[in-house]
Amino acid sequence: MRHIISVLLENESGALARLVGLFAQRGYNIDSLTVAPTEDATLSRLTLVTHGNDQVIEQITKQLHKLIEVVKLTDLSESAHIERELMLVKVKAAGNQRDEVKRCADIFRGQIVDVSANTYTVQLVGTSDKLDAFIQALSGSQILEVVRSGVSGISRGEKTLAM
Amino acid sequence: MTSQSKQAEMLSGAAMVIRALADEGVEYVYGYPGGAVLHIYDALFQQTQVKHVLVRHEQAATHMADAYARATGKAGVVLVTSGPGATNAVTGIATAYMDSIPMVVLTGQVMSHLIGEDAFQETDMLGISRPIVKHNMSVRRPEDIPALIRKAFYIAQSGRPGPVVLDIPKDMTIPSQTFAYDYPSEVKLRSYQPKLKGHSGQIKKAVTALLAAKRPIIYAGGGVIMGRASDELTELAQLLNVPVTNTLMGLGAYPGDDKQFVGMLGMHGSYEANQTMHHADVILAVGARFDDRVTNNTKKFCPDATIIHIDVDPASISKTVNAHIPIVGLVQPVLEEMLGLVKQKKKKLDEAALASWWQQINAWRAVHGGRYDTTTSQIKPQHVIEMVSKITKGNAFVCSDVGQHQMFAAQYYKFNKPNRWINSGGLGTMGFGLPAAMGIKLNFPDDDVVCVTGEGSIQMNIQELSTCKQYGLGVKIINLNNGYLGMVKQWQDMNYESRYASSYMDSLPDFIKLAEAYGHVGIRVTKPEELEPALERAFALKDQLVFLDIHIDPKEHVYPMQIPGGAMNELFLSKTERT
Repeated sequence: MRHIISVLLENESGALARLVGLFAQRGYNIDSLTVAPTEDATLSRLTLVTHGNDQVIEQITKQLHKLIEVVKLTDLSESAHIERELMLVKVKAAGNQRDEVKRCADIFRGQIVDVSANTYTVQLVGTSDKLDAFIQALSGSQILEVVRSGVSGISRGEKTLAM
Repeated sequence: MTSQSKQAEMLSGAAMVIRALADEGVEYVYGYPGGAVLHIYDALFQQTQVKHVLVRHEQAATHMADAYARATGKAGVVLVTSGPGATNAVTGIATAYMDSIPMVVLTGQVMSHLIGEDAFQETDMLGISRPIVKHNMSVRRPEDIPALIRKAFYIAQSGRPGPVVLDIPKDMTIPSQTFAYDYPSEVKLRSYQPKLKGHSGQIKKAVTALLAAKRPIIYAGGGVIMGRASDELTELAQLLNVPVTNTLMGLGAYPGDDKQFVGMLGMHGSYEANQTMHHADVILAVGARFDDRVTNNTKKFCPDATIIHIDVDPASISKTVNAHIPIVGLVQPVLEEMLGLVKQKKKKLDEAALASWWQQINAWRAVHGGRYDTTTSQIKPQHVIEMVSKITKGNAFVCSDVGQHQMFAAQYYKFNKPNRWINSGGLGTMGFGLPAAMGIKLNFPDDDVVCVTGEGSIQMNIQELSTCKQYGLGVKIINLNNGYLGMVKQWQDMNYESRYASSYMDSLPDFIKLAEAYGHVGIRVTKPEELEPALERAFALKDQLVFLDIHIDPKEHVYPMQIPGGAMNELFLSKTERT
């Protein structure tokens, strides 16, 4: 099962390496990872997408808790949440391909953020599934480059992960 | 400047390191000097409170500190230089980590501005040690040193203990640069608050389950030793007349000669311990972690048992075997609370059920699985350990290396007290025994300290015989010499049709001459009748290190031995019998 684990981490050097190292040492998966400081500069917020059975996920959260720099964490996928990922796609867009790519971007509510004589760069935000679907939809065009941010997530309602 | 900071003593980073150790109550630091830590060594030289023990190899320093921690529960302290000094300490750090032993390791580092430039004796010790420490940190500003050292001790010694590495760049310790010294009395970390007391509701549930048991057993591990809970464990077990088994790490948590003790469990555990576990209906697991050397095949593990698991580390609970009643907390207060409830309830276990359970256990005991042949003319390693146990009355500190001799020591020495069986259980570090015995002897000079080893393990840190001479460490070395890497040979006998790939050591040194060359006493024992007088003589030489080179039966195997892939009670009982 896919899980989105959100972590508040001390914003100290080595903390991220320790967290990522834990996954490598214990053979856990990281499907995507995003990290940046929060409004409190001493804390980083990290969102990690992983998969495994219940026992593995339980071990992952317990082992993460043991890291001294981990302040708090939650498994977002256990309750209602919002998840978003940003993607930039550079696509070959020449001749009649130009209209085709534009239409496809419009359907997915993507924006063309850069243009050259033969390319479009499309920005798309949404769930990982939606981003996957967009790439599928572009299969008739030549994709030159894909950059994805990894998932960021937050709980719905009044539930927060904060100090 | 405030008036307070005006009064504060001004110290260099190097002096602060040593002063902080003194304020922490540290008596000995084990280490080896080198370029990056010379300022710190100079500060050590200029005071008398903290004493330094100079080893011959950094690995030995870590094992000495580790053994001190195993015996006292307090963090041992290591001081080594950068680069090779730090990397030589890695095996010892990993050893402590695997057995949850508190240790503070101060590693030198090249000057801050040289970090990342591949400077002389530079190595990324934070990166190297990260997977084998509870935590590691580096000094960024000299004035942070007291707080970082306090934090290192706090993290190492609290919760589930473990080693902490503090990396100190040389420019943090420059003697001419001084800063206000203030040693914090306490540490508070928002991200680290280990749980102390167990959940009362869970404890009640556990007591109810235990009192309803018909075939109970207590399975106690190293957590009882490090958690100082053997008194509570013993009282609870005896109050309820429940059998007790200890893990390799838990030996001594319950008195080894008591009738309720069924012996060690697991791969080389006793027949009765493994049978009792397998057939139990309630298992009270205390400070143990259901590791693979205990459970054998987890799918076949104790099929009828309701498992109560007390552990300070939530990650240890339901990691390999699912716990039905988990209790997260320090084992001592949890057991105390359980005891209180049991006494209050005045309820005992079903007497008839318990009586028939004991009858069954005693029948298993009578099978004598794993007993050794006493009719040969060769010295049996088991007999040596029994003799040592008798002469020292089960009260010695027994520091073991790793291999067959370790298992014989675990099986045949009757440990009556906790914190006296000092061995590398998790990592299985050959070379651990002698430095461990040294660390114990230094701190407990009036006690008998035995190093049980083999001709393989002892040579991994044999250079420490020199350190023993320098500090007058009268350790008794029991070298169970069979000419082979015994445990490797046993596996080759059992699984590789006795093809002894690199398990025979040709050209062994004359250990007697070697001991004498280092200024010690050596005694060779080749016949069974020589054994007792030799041991008597060795223990009578109180202050002398005695190296007993005991030539044992090279064909001996360790039994019982769990059959791979089987349930925990599926055992080889001898070379010809199995369950």
